[in-house]
Formats: sequence, structure tokens, C-alpha cells
Amino acid sequence: MTDTKITKEVVASHGLSVEEYQKVLEILGREPNLVELGIFSVMWSEHCSYKSSKVYLKNFPTTAQWVIQGPGENAGVIYIGEGIGVVFKMESHNHPSFIEPYQGAATGVGGILRDIFTMGARPVANLNSLRFGSLEEPKQRYLLNGVVAGIAGYGNCMGIPTVGGEVYFNDCYKGNILVNAMTVGLVRVDKIFKGNASGIGNPVVYVGSKTGRDGIHGATMASAEFGEGSEEKRPTVQVGDPFTEKLLLEACLEVFKTDYVVGIQDMGAAGLTSSSFEMASRAGTGIEMVLDDVPMREEGMTPYEIMLSESQERMLLVAREGTEEKIVEIFKKWDLDAVVVGRVTDDGFMRIKMHGQTVAELPVKPLADGAPLYNRPVKRPEYQTELQTLDLKTIKEPVDYNDVLLKLLDSPTIASKRWIYRQYDHMVRTNTVVLPGSDAAVIRVKGTTKGLAMTTDCNSRYCYLDPYTGGMIAVAEAARNIVCSGGKPMAVTDCLNFGNPEKPEIMWQFQQATLGLSKACSTLDTPVIGGNVSLYNETQGVAIHPTPTVGMVGLLDDVAHHCTSWFKNDGDVIILLGLNREEIGGSEYLKVIHALEKGMPPSLDLTLEKAVQDSCLEGIQKGLIKSAHDCSEGGLAVSLAECCFTAEGHRIGARIELPVDIRKDALLFGESQSRIVVTVSETDLQEFKGIAENCKAPVTVIGRVGGERLSINDLIELPVQEMEKAWSEAIPRRLGV
Amino acid sequence: MKFGIVVFPGSNCDHDCYHVVKNVLGQEAEYIWHKETQINGFDCLILPGGFSYGDYLRTGAIAMFSPVMKEVKEFADEGGLVIGICNGFQILVEAGLLPGVLMRNKDLKFICENRYIRVESNDFPFTRLYKKGEVVRMPIAHADGNYFADDETLKRIQDNGQIIFRYCDADGNITENANPNGSLLNIAGICNEKRNVLGIMPHPERCAEDILGNVDGKRFFESVLSSF
Repeated sequence: MTDTKITKEVVASHGLSVEEYQKVLEILGREPNLVELGIFSVMWSEHCSYKSSKVYLKNFPTTAQWVIQGPGENAGVIYIGEGIGVVFKMESHNHPSFIEPYQGAATGVGGILRDIFTMGARPVANLNSLRFGSLEEPKQRYLLNGVVAGIAGYGNCMGIPTVGGEVYFNDCYKGNILVNAMTVGLVRVDKIFKGNASGIGNPVVYVGSKTGRDGIHGATMASAEFGEGSEEKRPTVQVGDPFTEKLLLEACLEVFKTDYVVGIQDMGAAGLTSSSFEMASRAGTGIEMVLDDVPMREEGMTPYEIMLSESQERMLLVAREGTEEKIVEIFKKWDLDAVVVGRVTDDGFMRIKMHGQTVAELPVKPLADGAPLYNRPVKRPEYQTELQTLDLKTIKEPVDYNDVLLKLLDSPTIASKRWIYRQYDHMVRTNTVVLPGSDAAVIRVKGTTKGLAMTTDCNSRYCYLDPYTGGMIAVAEAARNIVCSGGKPMAVTDCLNFGNPEKPEIMWQFQQATLGLSKACSTLDTPVIGGNVSLYNETQGVAIHPTPTVGMVGLLDDVAHHCTSWFKNDGDVIILLGLNREEIGGSEYLKVIHALEKGMPPSLDLTLEKAVQDSCLEGIQKGLIKSAHDCSEGGLAVSLAECCFTAEGHRIGARIELPVDIRKDALLFGESQSRIVVTVSETDLQEFKGIAENCKAPVTVIGRVGGERLSINDLIELPVQEMEKAWSEAIPRRLGV
Repeated sequence: MKFGIVVFPGSNCDHDCYHVVKNVLGQEAEYIWHKETQINGFDCLILPGGFSYGDYLRTGAIAMFSPVMKEVKEFADEGGLVIGICNGFQILVEAGLLPGVLMRNKDLKFICENRYIRVESNDFPFTRLYKKGEVVRMPIAHADGNYFADDETLKRIQDNGQIIFRYCDADGNITENANPNGSLLNIAGICNEKRNVLGIMPHPERCAEDILGNVDGKRFFESVLSSF
């Protein structure tokens, strides 16, 4: 196989451009053989090299006093005190999940879990951000079913609770669904492990599942648009085995208690290739590997297949010399393979041997760090101005506001996601304090008084209409959700899902959205500590809405002071923090009722945002606030409705009087940012108002909790039960269950 | 009191059970690896929830062959207290320590949520601190909790009072709507004839602390303590 002639066609089929191949020739000073070409191809794929995105990722704020590890490792780490670090990261598994939803989503979960425990951390929570086309289409229902079952199948078996996330439905995702998976783990900060192949002569140990022929060129597949016949790419999707991963997790955590491990990295995208190259590159070393010793699932595998396989549940570990046998023993206890497959060398070369022959000999640094970087052309789309234009005079105000509210509650994007999260074990590990269904999930940190709040957020319609503002809002909303649960926003992981970067319009979206993210992360003091970029989310030339998903973690110093979104007691005072503006552009209301995705998204004033969040957080920490829920899709009316019934078996009404100084539809359903609905008891009202005024947050008393109906001025008057029925049945009804 | 928590490959509620026994109840707890062939000095064994052997083949079907199961059987034969929670329950029925089988849920999906269950018997080491007929709330989290037994077995366990927990509504009514998984007679937990081995699908260890918003499961463990 090493004898295959490298023709133009072979190069092209490996996804390398003519210029990129020229660079390969320059680095090597000769023609590569097929194994070497394969290695270049995956290492320089968009997925592994970030060649189109790197110039913009540099803009992210990545440091803070509490950041222990920023981008560049398997995952980022923040410090929360008492010697404890929180490790978290979000990653996409979009392309595989579209081709094979169950396995694609399952292995997405498996991959992000490995990224976390390879750092030495025990995973304690999973989240996911999912996006599909309309549920009216059978194919989308099939994809939703498969993805949810895959996430459940993997996460439940691993015993890691899936505690939160988000699910959106929009036609723009029908050819490219998004599956972004996030994992949060805990680690002792003096026991953090990194992907480092240091120490000349140290053994390189392969641990975990055997290598098979699955997932070959997965990273390359994920770095191209879908055309017709994408189903034929099914063999590039890996097959997950959560049971083996559970064993791998426990075995790794056991081996981490020793001092045998020098460095470790999971074999994710591009498998043995990326793990070995990246570890050697970080340490400035080389590795000599003998592939004959790699545990294999089937006979007759070639070096090309072994190096490019993306079989799951595998790790590459560099051990202290002389500890090999002890490591093997630990893995054997867990019925896992652990085999020395190579040694660290000092010459900076990756030398790969099989059957006594050298099948590849490549310089590590130029390959791992020398991938071509592109500053791709950027152009504001010509349609953008028209897209942003919305003449409110042409939007007729509804006659029946009750009907509009019920329709919005029935919109799958807004509706209850219970059908989905009840399939996820969200309570295992007995830490989940705020269950799915509130603004951000909260888990406690056993052995301390602390808690962690976590969420994922992005309204991609805003990003489509104005990527800069949309990017800022994704961060602001995530922080707002964290605050509503009682957490102080700490740091961000992002998953940047976009179309084809070779198109200047897509690159413009990417540039603008990342600038927006950067701005909001800086202002809200939530640095980006890691993440992932997924490009080429296009099918037959149609791109998804730009979707820079934000995963955020917040800290509760005292987990007893957590908060949930629903109303608690009759007679409590309902307060709106923030301002209602006449903003309808980009709203779910405009989409569902007027069938328009147009206009400017809501504006975002980060100073106001900060003021609103600060006052809410202080109110929760002081034990004054009894419920807090932010206003997002569907606006104030939907937010108030959700406050009436989010808790299990809990229903409580409210009587609201809003000052009317803007269009009524904007008042009820507009999606102005920086708004939170909170409740306090009458006796705490003055004290809380004082806090809000100190923070300079606009505060308006808008009503009282009580009764069995929600009424808003003379516009809305509905039984809570009727609203809840629409909201809770929207997704199951469309799925026919 | 000393609890042994059996760890199979794929167990994942082992830490949760350990935490409740050790940190909530303040009792001794020790993990027992499934390859152990000798277990001594325990007063109660817990087979925790999880996915032993990945639930491959059939839930509990491979774990029943783990070396430790021979010891668990002997311990039970001698009258020792054995609790199987969720996957532990599935293993106990596969191993023949409890009658019947646990099949795939009627809607074929994994279900995780809080459920009401009624305590059918408190004349029993595991429930003596509950009132007979009391309605409590506990989380379930399983894909295979659909209890089935042939008519004869079902009659026998009914006559013997071996049905300990049944799914019900908030008012204690045993209804079809209150049955999450299709279990016969809404069965959520049963014991053996000698009443020293209990299998329960809901997770008492997940509702034994105030911070988790529900302490209905705490009395389950306290019952065990009080009967020791």
C-alpha cells in the first residue's frame, strides 16, 4: 500500500489543495508515501488544524486570575478554591450525527468525555446543544429520535448525568443538524494531566479498545460540505461502546492516582495520528512507534488504516520508564488492553514501523504546528441589508393575544423539552440540585459548600441577522441563565458552527460573530478556555445560520443559595429587571405568527446587562429572590407563562399589569435583552429594590403571584393548565407519541 | 453497621450508595470488587444501579456470572440483608435471588424522573420506618423496569406479601397512568420469601438529602439501620 503512486487525484481525494500539497513537498523535500499523505490529510484538515479560524480565535480573551488552563490542551480548567479545578469543554459532532444519528451523537458524547477525563478529572455533568429542521418533516423526527437516544445511550451507561442544554428547530438545519456536546469535570489542581510526550526513552502506551476500520477519515469528512449521497459516508462514522469507555474512565482515574503517567491524550478525531503528533509536538520530542503491537480488531489492517482509524474508547499515554508493567496491570484489572507501542525520541521525528519496515517518517513540528493558516476573504453578504430591514408598519398587531401566546408555547423551540431530558439520566451521582427545565442546571460539589451552574446558549437567528450582536447575545444570555440559577459566571467554552469558510460571506459571519463573542466575554469577565470549530455545515450550497454556541460554567459559593425559574408562593411580588423595548426583529413571534426571519436582532447594552445580572445575583445570594427567569425566545409573555408551570407538578398563576408605552406585540413577545423576571416576598421588596438601585438596574413591580390563571393587562387571560398543555405537548404531539 | 457495595464493571451508582451510607448515615461502607471470592464482615450488601457489562445481552445477565455472586447468594442464604437497586434488582432476578424478570419499558425508552410509590408492607427490615400505605416520591432511571412474572409466581408473591413498593399517583391510587414502565400490578419493588433480599427499581439513594430537594429515600436506609 505504501507503493501506491501519489497522483493528483490521490492528493485531491485526501482533501488537500494543490498549494497545500506543494507545502507537503517542501517540508519533506520528497514525495510522501500514501501513509504519510493520509497523515498530512487528517492533521491539516479543517477539523484538526483550525486553518481557517485560527486568525480569529486569537481575539478571544483567554485569561483571568481563576483560569488555570486556557485553550490548547484537551480542555480548559478554572479554579474554584479548596484545591479544586473545574475542567470543561464543548465539541461538535454534527456531520456524523446527520449521517448516523444514534452513533454520531453517542460518540460525540464519548469523545468529549474523554477530553475531560484525559485531564485527570472525573466527569460530573453533561450538557448538549441540539439543532434540527422542522419536526413536521419525518426525516427530522428520525434524526431527533436517534440523536436523543444516542446521547442517552452513551451518557446514561457512563453514569454521568446529562443535566442541561438547549434544542432549537429551524429549517436552516434540515440538511446539517447540530450536535454540540459539553462535559464538565472536577480535578484536584495538583493532579492535572496534559498531553505531553516528554522524557526521552519513555514508553508510549496504547490503552483501551482495539483498533478497527471504523471512522477512517472522519476528520476529513467533517471538513467538507455535504453533497448528494452523503449517506454513503456512513462508514466514516464511528461506533460507540460506552461500557468500554466506562472501564477506560475508571482505569485512567486509577492510574492517575499513581505517579506513573507523564502525559496522556485521547484518540479522538484522527485517532492515533493526532494524539501522537500533538503530544510530541507540545513536548518538542519525537516518537518511534511499532504498529505491529497495536491491538487490532481485525486482521490484515494496513499502516494507513491503523494510523487513520477513529475507533473509539482509546487513549495514548506516555509513562515513566519502568512503570509499564504496573500500568498494564491496572488496565488488566478493568479487562482493557494496555500495550507499549513506542518510545519517546529526541530528534523531533515521528517514525512509524510495521513488519520491520519504516512506513512513515515525518517531522513532528512542521506537521502539527505548520498547517497552512488562511486569512480567508471576508465579505458582508449582499442580502444582509435587505435581511435587516423590517418596517414595523407592515406588521399587523394581532387581534387575539391569547391565541398568539398559545401558539408560541406550542412552538417546539420554546416548548417543554421534557420528552428529551427524561430520556437522559440527569440525577446519577446525586449532585443535581437544579434539574433540567430551569434556566441553568446546578450541581453541588461534594465535600464543599460549593455548587456549579452550567448552561449552553445561542440564538442563531440573531446571528444570521447580525452576527456581531448575535455573538454578544449568546454570551450575555448564557451568563444571564447562570445568574438566574444563582451562579457567578466564570468562563466559556464555545462551539463555532458555520458554513463553508471558503465563501467570503460565511467568513464574514465567522469574523463578526467571534468579534461579538470576544467583546461580551471581555465585558462580562468570562474568558474562553477552550472549544471547537465546526465548518462546512452546508448541504448543496445552503449553509446553516451561523451558530456560535456558548457553554458557560458559573460558581455558587454556597449551593444552598440556588434559584429556580418558577413562581413559589401566592402573594409574592413579581418584578421585572431591565427594560422593554420596541424590538420585534428576529423574534420567535415574528417567525411563528408572521412567517418572517427579518429585521435587526434585539440590541444589547452590556452595561445594562451587567447591572441586571449583578442585582439578580446579589438578590439570590442574600436569599431575597424566590424565583428568577430570563426573557428569551417568546419574550416577556412566554417567560411569565413558564414561571407559572416549570416545576414538576407545580402550577401557580399571576396577575400582571405592564405599563404600555410601546407596541403591544413588542411588549408581550418582543425579545429585548437584559431582562429577568424575579419574585420576592412583600417584606423583602424594599431591600431588593435598594440592591437593584445600587446596581443601577431598572426595576419595575409588574404584578403578584396567585390564582390559577395568568392575566396580563387586558391582553392575556388564560388558565395556567391550558398554557401548560400547549407547552408540554408540543414536541410529543409532533412526534406522534 | 457495615455495608458492602458490590462493584461490577459498569456499575455507576456505587459512589452514590457509598456516599449515603458513609456521609449521610455515618455508617461503615466498603466497595467489593466483583471478582472477589471471599467476603467477610458485612451486615448488608448493596448491588447498586448502573449498566453492569453495558447491559449487553440482557440487563444483569452477564453480571450474574461474576465470581462475587456466589458469595452474595451464600450471604443471602444465611439470612444476610441484600439490597438490589435498579441494575442491582435486575441482577438479583437474573441470579434467581428474586422471582420474575425485568423487561424493556413499555414505551421502549429510558425514563428518568420522580415518581410516586406506595409502601405496601412495613413489616420488613427495609421499610419499617415508613407507614403501610404511605406514598413517597423517588426518582426512577431505567430502560428495563417492566416487571413480569407468570401468573403462578405473581399469585405467590402477592399471597406472601412480597410486593413491597408499587407505582401510584400522588394520592396513592394504583392506576395505569401512574405506571411508568408497564410493570405488572405496578410493581416497583419486591422481596424474597425469607424477606431478607429486596429489589427496587427507584433510587432511594438519590433522595436522601435536603439539598437534593427530597428526603423520602433516607428512611429506607434508616429502616435498615433500625432493624439491625
